[in-house]
Amino acid sequence: MSKKESDLVQKVETTGYEWDGIKELNNPLPRWWLYVFYSTIIFAVCYAIYYPSIPLIKGYTEGFSGYSSREELEHEMAEVQSSHATILELIKTMDVSDIQSDPKLARFATAGGASNFKVYCSQCHGSGAQGGVGYPNLSDDDWLWGGSIKQIETTIRHGIRYEADEDTRFSEMPAFGRDQILSKEQIIAVANYVSSLSGLEHEDSLIDLGAMVFAENCSGCHGDDGQGINEVGAPNLADTLWLYDNSKKAIISQIINPQHGVMPAWDDRLGDIIVKELALYVHGLGGGE
Amino acid sequence: MHKAIKLSIAACVGFLALFMAANAQDFVYEFHSYLFLISAVAITFWLIARKEDNINLNSYMDAPVRIGVIATVFWGVIGFAVGVFASSQLAWPDFNIAPWFNFGRVRPLHTSIVIFAFGGNALLCTSFYVVQRTCRVRLFGGDLASFVFWGYQLFIVLAGTGYLLGNSASKEYAEPEWYIDIWLTIVWVAYLVVFLGTILKRKEPHIYVANWFYLAFIITIAVLHVINALAIPVSLTGSKSYSLFSGVQDAMIQWWYGHNAVGFFLTAGFLGMMYYFIPKQAMRPVYSYRLSIVHFWSLTFLYIWAGPHHLHYTALPDWAQTLGMVFSIMLWMPSWGGMINGLMTMSGAWDKIRTDPIIRMMVTALAFYGMSTFEGPMLAIKSVNALSHYTEWTIGHVHSGALGWVGMISFGAIYFLTTKVFKSDNLYSVKMVNWHFWLATLGIAAYASVMWVSGIMQGLMWREYDSEGFLVYSFAETVDAMHPFYVARTIAGILYLSGGLVMAYNIGMTILAGKDNKKTSLTVLPSSA
Repeated sequence: MSKKESDLVQKVETTGYEWDGIKELNNPLPRWWLYVFYSTIIFAVCYAIYYPSIPLIKGYTEGFSGYSSREELEHEMAEVQSSHATILELIKTMDVSDIQSDPKLARFATAGGASNFKVYCSQCHGSGAQGGVGYPNLSDDDWLWGGSIKQIETTIRHGIRYEADEDTRFSEMPAFGRDQILSKEQIIAVANYVSSLSGLEHEDSLIDLGAMVFAENCSGCHGDDGQGINEVGAPNLADTLWLYDNSKKAIISQIINPQHGVMPAWDDRLGDIIVKELALYVHGLGGGE
Repeated sequence: MHKAIKLSIAACVGFLALFMAANAQDFVYEFHSYLFLISAVAITFWLIARKEDNINLNSYMDAPVRIGVIATVFWGVIGFAVGVFASSQLAWPDFNIAPWFNFGRVRPLHTSIVIFAFGGNALLCTSFYVVQRTCRVRLFGGDLASFVFWGYQLFIVLAGTGYLLGNSASKEYAEPEWYIDIWLTIVWVAYLVVFLGTILKRKEPHIYVANWFYLAFIITIAVLHVINALAIPVSLTGSKSYSLFSGVQDAMIQWWYGHNAVGFFLTAGFLGMMYYFIPKQAMRPVYSYRLSIVHFWSLTFLYIWAGPHHLHYTALPDWAQTLGMVFSIMLWMPSWGGMINGLMTMSGAWDKIRTDPIIRMMVTALAFYGMSTFEGPMLAIKSVNALSHYTEWTIGHVHSGALGWVGMISFGAIYFLTTKVFKSDNLYSVKMVNWHFWLATLGIAAYASVMWVSGIMQGLMWREYDSEGFLVYSFAETVDAMHPFYVARTIAGILYLSGGLVMAYNIGMTILAGKDNKKTSLTVLPSSA
């Protein structure tokens, strides 16, 4: 049945079998192939002896190194912690405004704040802290809840309208339209008045009525001149910066059924040190008071 | 099997499907029940209508091979197109069209179509062709081969429509829900019966090496699929199920499956293909019988242990990570054995690389096979993995294997088969094969290099610390930095897809051109030697 033939090109005999015209040569294993294969096996055995490798009934062989990836991680983390231990301890114990007046501490804390801002804050406030519609810009000097270092720290620590934190900053603009506090004419008039405060397009004929409605319903929070009050997080309506849209339609919609932003409280999630670092970073962006 | 028995099985399946549809608790289950019902009805009509005396038992059974060639090309083009779409979603997120065409649904659709529909059909049709020729007998089991082919297509349709409708078992490369898994198990066991039955009744004294690889692929995939898919359905009349495993055990089972799907589906199966089609196309003897034995057994033994390298630096115990790494390193040479045997088989026929684009495809396939089976063990080394894991480098690695090795060797085999099982003796256009070769090669080269560069960049950005010990980049910044590379990758994918379209046109025209030829001689069994 089998018929060994010699191959003219390879100068080797075939195995003598044939499948659908395919024959096989009887070449030996390439030496280099075999030796590299053996080397990988030797490496594997040595590696397995040195590192944890064989499962036993209880536990496993720990290897000569006694390596543990968990311990390695803990060790590396501890190393980083201890190399910064003094500086972190200072940040922990000191008040934010004192940290700010120590250049070395402030530089370290601001770098940490920048790094953490990218991870935790940039999703809403943007990677350059420039904000977006509904998310305040943190690099200008227009502050809803105050721009001093202490006020920023409190905002980050307890959040805004974040119900899980009982010290959260809270205020809510009444739904003047939805709850029928104001009539349709009054709302249109006050919207025109608000537009006039920052020089936007408005109907002059409605200003008197608008001013009256504003004085009776809005000035308590937004101030007599619409300049905003930080204590209640009421935005300044007299500047050209707008959290939402500045169109007449958007202003009317906000008066009828207001939107309220929510920011999480970060104290529990990030801890005291990172909260302080973030406060320093945000304060240093340019608009800090 | 008697016709009446087949008819009653089809009827039983039909009634079961009707019962399932009537009691379905969710839309996907109901929809899939109707697909089962339609299939059962179609089979019933086909069984009644066909004339059985036309079947020549003295010939090779090439009907499933012919339809398999067409299915391979069809699913290939669809799979590449879905890949280009998924890639565009990463470059331009606006392409996420909720809910059916979100990335989360499109991605498993892409992976399943290219691996299981394109790759699976390529393996089905080539294995049916090769096992008959190298055993010199007709396929065992009569209609069972057609059942395997069409049952497998039904599996693909069930899985694919299920993903788009939000039906997923959340296991990577094994997303179909429990009832689809059961169906695949039935089909796969039938495949094993056909293949093994054919080998057992062979007229050759020895089993050819290609068949060892095909058999290893079929058996191992059966074991992997059944264990990985073990799940408890919430209800027998609903689509949702929960895996039997949880936590790190679930992750380990998942990657034992996932890694060996690569090892036995995408490597062993396609090595089987390589061992038949390269010697045939080059018309040269296989380089070394001994190498084929040693690398076959070392590959099958070592591959099955390497899965844990997908879970480095996770909750997986350190000892398992060590084993995953060292078995992956030992796997290097056994993998290369296939490449060496393929490339050395070419000696004495290297001149063909200038004239025969099919040979060129096969040689390129081996080159990419060699490259990705070197890259694999390298990425499994823990310190390399610490950088590469979760980055696009991994995606580049997978695609150099999938587009380069699996794709190219399948294209070569498909071109070869088309002139053998259809009535045309020559391809419609060899020039088009050449175009396909260059489009595909350029596509892979661009894809792989873009993913290497961007993957390493991504890994380095993730771990970049400043002098104070703080992370330099936010995750969003690293995503932003990937954008140009994602665009480039999409272009590379379009190149590869264009090659696939050229192939589809070429194969289609070849089939049509030969429809009036009277070629039957090749399908007749040769008399015993």
